[in-house]
This record gives sequence, C-alpha cells and structure tokens, in this order.
Amino acid sequence: MIVTVLDILIAGLLMGGIYALIAVGLSLQYGVARVLNIAHGEFIMLGAFITWSLYTAFGIVPLVSLAISSPLVFTIGFILYKTLFTRLRISSPSVAMFEGKSMLACFGLLFMIQNIAILSWGAEIKGYSYLAFPVNILGAKFAANRLITLGFAVVFGSAFYLFLSRTRIGKAIRAAAQDAVAAGLMGINISWVLALCFGLGALMAGIGGTLISMSYQIQPTMGLEYTMIALIVLVVGGLGSIPGSFVGGFLLGLVGSIVTYVQPGLALVAYYVIFMLLLLAKPTGILGR
Amino acid sequence: MHIPTSNYKKRVALGVLFILLIVMVTSPLYAPRYTVILLTSIFMFIVLTVSWTVFSGPTGYVSLAPAAFFGVGVYASALLGFVFPLPVVILLGGISSSCLAVIVGALTLRLRGIYFVMFTFGLVELLLHFILWWEVNITGTTGRVVPTVGNTTVYYLMLGVLVIVILTAYLLNRSRYGLALQSIGECEEAAAHTGVHVTAMKISTFALSAFFMGAAGAIMATRWTYIDPRIAFNPVLSFLPVLMAIFGGTGQLYGPVIGAALFTYLEEFLITRFPYYYMLIFGFIMVFAILYLPEGLVGMIQKLWKRIGGAKHADS
Repeated sequence: MIVTVLDILIAGLLMGGIYALIAVGLSLQYGVARVLNIAHGEFIMLGAFITWSLYTAFGIVPLVSLAISSPLVFTIGFILYKTLFTRLRISSPSVAMFEGKSMLACFGLLFMIQNIAILSWGAEIKGYSYLAFPVNILGAKFAANRLITLGFAVVFGSAFYLFLSRTRIGKAIRAAAQDAVAAGLMGINISWVLALCFGLGALMAGIGGTLISMSYQIQPTMGLEYTMIALIVLVVGGLGSIPGSFVGGFLLGLVGSIVTYVQPGLALVAYYVIFMLLLLAKPTGILGR
Repeated sequence: MHIPTSNYKKRVALGVLFILLIVMVTSPLYAPRYTVILLTSIFMFIVLTVSWTVFSGPTGYVSLAPAAFFGVGVYASALLGFVFPLPVVILLGGISSSCLAVIVGALTLRLRGIYFVMFTFGLVELLLHFILWWEVNITGTTGRVVPTVGNTTVYYLMLGVLVIVILTAYLLNRSRYGLALQSIGECEEAAAHTGVHVTAMKISTFALSAFFMGAAGAIMATRWTYIDPRIAFNPVLSFLPVLMAIFGGTGQLYGPVIGAALFTYLEEFLITRFPYYYMLIFGFIMVFAILYLPEGLVGMIQKLWKRIGGAKHADS
C-alpha cells in the first residue's frame, strides 16, 4: 500500500518537473514578451527531435546534446522575435491587439514548424533507450532517465529563477514585464530584452523536449498537447510567476498520476477540469499577483 | 455603422447578391460533383465564421469554442439521426449547442481577455477527451455511423443555413441589439449604465451563434458517414473561423464571408496540389496576412477603393 502511494507520488513529481519547466518558458514568453505562444510545443518537439537525431546518428548522449540543441532553439526564438514579433509589436496600436495578432502568427508558425519536422523526420513515432535501467526508491522502481529528468528540470528551473532575481539582465527583464514603455525610458533596450525573453522561453522548451525524449516517445504532432499542458500549468500557478509555475507543474503532475492510477485515460480530462474550475474560482492562479 | 450613401449602390449590391444566390441554388444541376462538395465545405466555413463574428466581432470576446458547438451538433446527428428526420435533427443539434452555450456563457461572464479565450478552448479539449474516454471505457466503441443523405441534399441544407445565418447577422447588425452588442464591446460598464442588459445580451448572442455552429455540425456529420470524437471536436475547427474572420476583416459583414470562402478554397487547393508542403505554405500565408493585411482583405480593398475613387467618395 505504502509502496503504491510512493509510486504514485514519485511518478507525479517526475512528470511535474517537466510540466514546470515548459510552463516557465511559456510564462516568460507571455508574461514579458506578451506573446501567447501556441507554437511553444513545436519548440519542445524540435528539441526532442534534434536530441533524437544526434543520439541515433552520431551517438551523442542527450545530456551532452543539450549544449548543441539549446543554443540552436534559442537562436530561432530570438530571431523570430526580432523580425516577426517586433514588427507586429510596433505596428499594433495596443497591447491587446498585439496579443491577439501574435497568437495568430504563432498558429502560422505552428503549421510551418510541424510541416518542416514531418518533411525532415517523417510522421512516425520515434524513441530511443538511454539510461533506462531501474532505480529503487523506498521499494518503488523507476527508470534512471526519469530521475535525471526531474533533477535537470529542478536545476534549470532554479538556475533560471536565480538569473531573473539576482542578475542585472534579470532585473531588466522584470522591469520590462512590469511596464515595457517605462522600462524603455529608463534606458533598457526593450526590443533586445523582449527578444531575449522569447528566445529563453524557446530554450526552456528545447530543454524540456530533450528531457521528454529521454523517457517518452516523440512524434512531430506532439507539440499541441504539451502547449495546452503548459497553458494549464501557467493559469493554475498564476500568470508570470515562476514559483507559481513550479507549484502548478508539480500539482498537475501529481493529479495526473493519481487519476491515471484510478482511471487511466482520464488524466487530460482531469487537467481540464482543474483548469476550468480554477479559472472560475481564482483566475489569477494559486500564486498569482 | 454602415450608412448607405445612395440607392444606386444598394441596388447594385442587391442585384449581385441575387445573381449569386441563383448561381448557388442551380449549381448542383450543372456543376461537377467535386465542385458541389467543395462548395459545401466553403458554405460550412462561412456559416462557422459568420456565426463566430456575430458574437465575437462586436463584443470583442474571442471565443475558441466553435469546435465544441460544432462537435455537439455532429454528435446530435450521430445519436438522433436514426430516430428523427434530418430537419428535426439539425434543429436539435443547434438547440443542444445553444444549451451548452448558455451554460458556458453563464459560467464565464466574469472572465475577460485571455482567460475567456483559454476557457473556451479548454471546453473543446475537455469534451473531446471526455467523450473519447467514455466511448473507450463505457460504451466500448470508438466512433459511430451517421445515416447518410446525398451530396446534393447536404449542399442545399448547408446553403439554407448559410442564407439564414447571413440574414440573421445582417438584421442583427442593423437592429438595436446590434448596437447594444457593440456598446458592450466598447465599454461594458457604460453599456450597463445606459440600460443595456449586458448579461442577457451576451448569453443570448453567444447561444445564437452556437445554434448555427451546431446546425452546421449536424449537417456535416451526414456527409462524413463515420465520426469519432477526434473528427467531431477537431480543435482546428476552433482556430480556422477566427483566422478566416480576421483574414477577411471583421468590420463589415462581407469580410468574414470573403475570408472564409477564399481561405477554404486556398486550403483545398494547397492540399490537393502540395500535399506534403501544404501546412508550410498555409502557415506562411497566415503569418504574411497578419503582417501585411492588418485590417483584413476588406480593409485593403477599401484602401484601394479610396485611392482609386478619390477621397470624396470614401464613405467609411
């Protein structure tokens, strides 16, 4: 009995780590750069497939390939914001208008990235086995790669939190999140900071993708599901709050593993029920401002 | 508001509409089968887009629920299709969607902006996954068979709904209700203070727009013959009407109509011509349209019109 409970708890935490990481990325893109990035999951998919390619073709270990895939995904995100979204931001008369338009542009990006992925990798489900040996935790068995996944999610999440709260660039990002115009008047290069945020969001998605590919199967159309989960975590934790994203991520992971234990197949339904109930009860989220 | 400047213009517009209607009514008699099927899809998307614009256009509430209402209509058709005659089924499909819209509307009244968007989209995914689970675990089957009718019948039914939707949208725009809806979009508080019953207005318009989406779903189901939750509640059907409306321009009634017609044709053309690249091209056109056509096609046409006709004829 205790082993079962532990089983469920730990499985939930393992999943929650990934959820939290991808939600932090989305939080940065929406909270600061004001882009509700529906294509967020596509960046996760890109990260996953780059890792898969490097591992199966060149035998580069996933954790090492992070050093290759992360800068790549970051650059794509940075350039996208610098060109496409900056143009939209300047031509939109209001923030609300920019949010609407940039969301629609993200749909376009979603289609394009997915199509490119299908063309280059094919539409089949893929996977590989890496560090899949079991590890015993208090009687419950888990694959080593999932534990590493959780560890990395927590390390990256905390590193990012420290970056935002302790460094000068982090301060500029927080200022831009509060009031982009005022931050610009204070001498912050706002278009650079916003592009940086979008790029960092893509980077988090890419890391998430690498971690996901280590323990789950991947396919070019996997993106939207992860985008929706990231959105739910974002609302549950409170828009724009990084600790909130972590609380929300772990909460959702736990709920998912409990529901999967009781009634497999209803996990997604449970996520949406929580999401909708929370939207009705407290739209600002658990740790929202 | 659109103010008609001359009777002449109005008569020309009416004449064009009349000819279009005659062409559409008679086309199954001489057009190839493929054209009739393509036209049915175009009509469906015009119905979805115009009914989306009826609520979301003036009020500014961006709803991503069309797929939910459409799917409810599809399921009504699958569940009741063998029990009632088709017109009753279509009516019931519309009514069930309206009921869902009333519940959702009453629940989400306090949500604005991005929260409303996400709630409505969550609704689609919730229904999709719940019915998927229900069919796998409770009834033990995925997918259902829908009683079919001929292509021409589907065509005429869809055309009928299309005409009703456009008439409704037109009359609504010109009535006091349309004005009240617009005032809600501009400032809800001010609208309430000038005596507009904001809550009732929003819910009833939301339900009205859902009715047509449900009816369209009930008709479309008969063409597909086999449906499952992933077909009925396809999230793409939530996004496309929004894109089509914005692509066409929401300022005028004909904007969403033109947007939906062109977009559907474009999609069909790309799928048949470039089956492997169509999403890439489609996505590129979407991004391009958002960047370079900020007021939609209609806005661009009006700008061109002004430039050709000179400023003194420009009336909008």
